[in-house]
Amino acid sequence: MDDINLIEAKNLYRHFGATRAVDGVSISVKAGEIYGLVGSDGAGKTTTMRLIVGALLPNSGEITVCGYDVRKHTEDARSQLGYLSQRFSLYEDLTVLENIRFFAEVRGLKSNEWYPRSMEILEFVGLANFATRRAGQLSGGMKQKLGLASALVTRPRVLLLDEPTTGVDPVTRQDFWQLLIQITSTPLAPNLPSPLHSSPNIGSGDGGEGAVAVLISTPYMDEAARCNRVGFMRHGKIIAEGTPSQLRSRLTDRVIELRGSPLKLLRRIAQEDLDVEDVRAFGDRLHLRVREGKADLVASRLPSAIRSEGGNVDGIRVIPAVLEDVFIELSEQSYE
Amino acid sequence: MTLRLASIIRKEFIQILRDPRTLIMTLIMPIMQLFLLGYAATTDIKNIPIAVWDQSRSPQSRALLDAFRSANYFTIEYEVGSQQDIRTLIEDGKIRAALIIPPDYSQQLIENDAQVLVILDGSDATSGSTALSASQLIGQAYATKIMTEDASRLGRGSAVAPPVQFLTQVWYNPDLVSAYFMIPAVIGIILYVISTMLTATTIVRERERGTIEQLIVTPIRSWELVVGKILPYVVLAFLDTFEVLILGHYWFGVPVRGSLALILETSGLLLLSSLGIGLFASTVANTQQEAMLTVWMTLLPSIFLSGFFFPLEAMPPFLQAFAYIIPLRYYLIVIRALLIKGVGASSIQGEIIALAVFGIIIMGIASLRFRKRLD
Repeated sequence: MDDINLIEAKNLYRHFGATRAVDGVSISVKAGEIYGLVGSDGAGKTTTMRLIVGALLPNSGEITVCGYDVRKHTEDARSQLGYLSQRFSLYEDLTVLENIRFFAEVRGLKSNEWYPRSMEILEFVGLANFATRRAGQLSGGMKQKLGLASALVTRPRVLLLDEPTTGVDPVTRQDFWQLLIQITSTPLAPNLPSPLHSSPNIGSGDGGEGAVAVLISTPYMDEAARCNRVGFMRHGKIIAEGTPSQLRSRLTDRVIELRGSPLKLLRRIAQEDLDVEDVRAFGDRLHLRVREGKADLVASRLPSAIRSEGGNVDGIRVIPAVLEDVFIELSEQSYE
Repeated sequence: MTLRLASIIRKEFIQILRDPRTLIMTLIMPIMQLFLLGYAATTDIKNIPIAVWDQSRSPQSRALLDAFRSANYFTIEYEVGSQQDIRTLIEDGKIRAALIIPPDYSQQLIENDAQVLVILDGSDATSGSTALSASQLIGQAYATKIMTEDASRLGRGSAVAPPVQFLTQVWYNPDLVSAYFMIPAVIGIILYVISTMLTATTIVRERERGTIEQLIVTPIRSWELVVGKILPYVVLAFLDTFEVLILGHYWFGVPVRGSLALILETSGLLLLSSLGIGLFASTVANTQQEAMLTVWMTLLPSIFLSGFFFPLEAMPPFLQAFAYIIPLRYYLIVIRALLIKGVGASSIQGEIIALAVFGIIIMGIASLRFRKRLD
């Protein structure tokens, strides 16, 4: 069960005029997996999502959702998926409950099913007390939770979330991620979504029932680090893919943390070192990315260079890379 | 009806009711239009202000002026003493016509060679032409009357009777009230304009607000989306139709002589075209403004070439030919015939077929263009 890809996209191409928004993207996401799509603005994340949900047609490529070919059995595929677009796209002039009811009904919930299910899902996202409030009067974070609730109300097997936490405060972001992790990790817990529809070649009743496949795009590296797998997008391509630790291991022994003063001098000297590829300030310290196998060398020669120019070194050590280091390295790499 | 369709319709009605400004506009606008067009857009010209330069000041000239007064077409507002006075009054817009009676009018009358000059302000062609024909009619009738009086006085009454008498009978609208012509057409215009505009904007609004993206990824079929979004506005358009029909009938006295069912059926056929045009506009526009502009581009020629204000027969042949592709033109013929003449379907079957054909073609093209996609 867990081996079956609920989202399977192969060789997607989509151009707008001369712009290749999506340029040969392949993604697969299994049940119970959260796949994070990261990349800078304009990298092609939103277009990729829109291709998968069938809101845009690819110029070429194949997409299946829960085994349904999105192009041929569009509505069947859509009955299996919940989608939260980047922009709040519910009705601001409807109340929270009216919005959920509408999306529950058009996605197939019967008239006697929608109410208990809607209240259950509102409870789950913490909006039960706001059921009669107009969506337009909700805060940004509440709107995103309402969007998630609307996407979840029919218990879809596949969830596509396009930058769901952009512009949302840190506490709400935390809540949001707790919800996501619950959906994917504890499928059989009470009050949690399980699939509404059975799909053609995925049986129900086995251990994977209710496990949701999530494809999420995010600009935040701390969110990417929470995903089971991450794909880095740049210029319409996925240029690196793997678990967060796999991705971080690209830079094992290549990141040095340097503390001292003055930072301006430290930065200049580090930049002058031929084995240092990149220098970034992280608060009161610098992260240096160095050439492969050169970390110890750089760590030993930089302090003396700094001191000889009157600078002060408080500490220098090789540290494990964070995803942000990897992201920056990958972003620069594709320019070369 | 599918549950999906029902929930789209319910959602749309909630949104209509939550937007009272649009709702009031939709219900008030037809009443405003009706009163404006029922009263203002009338060609029934009465009481045209005129000036008189009576140089004769004789019993005969006074008799002529009485004939003018009694016809209701003119009101004698000024008595002047020179042609310059007349010019000044016309230029100031105080009068639209003037009557000049020569000093020797009574003498000329005896010699059977009397001449009276009517000056008309031609800058307003409509009232000018009405004044022209009215003054000619009054003049001729008055002349005939004098001839008959002379003849009977001379004892040869029957000899001067005109050889041909034209008796006129005006059917359906004996008083030739403009409202009878205008108000049925207002129904057509309102039905057409409101359904086109509301359809175009309701769909584009979903795109503008980003809600279309969420709709697209639901399993709603395209036809359910189209029908579900349009149907509430069809109901509104029919409400407006009834509103205008009732007010037109009870306030303006416009008869409703034809079958109400046939009126509704033919209105439904017109709606096919107007909703189709609205739907089409929504497929080419990204914002409500663009949708409005697109709709107006089709509305203006439709209104002017429908025979609403101006009779098609008076237009140059190429415009008349162009008018054949305007669905509203057929509907105005149909609705005027149904209300005023009370005809049955057989008398207007050509127009009904044309309406149906245009409706199916336009709706068909628009539906084919309408995609449940972002591109």
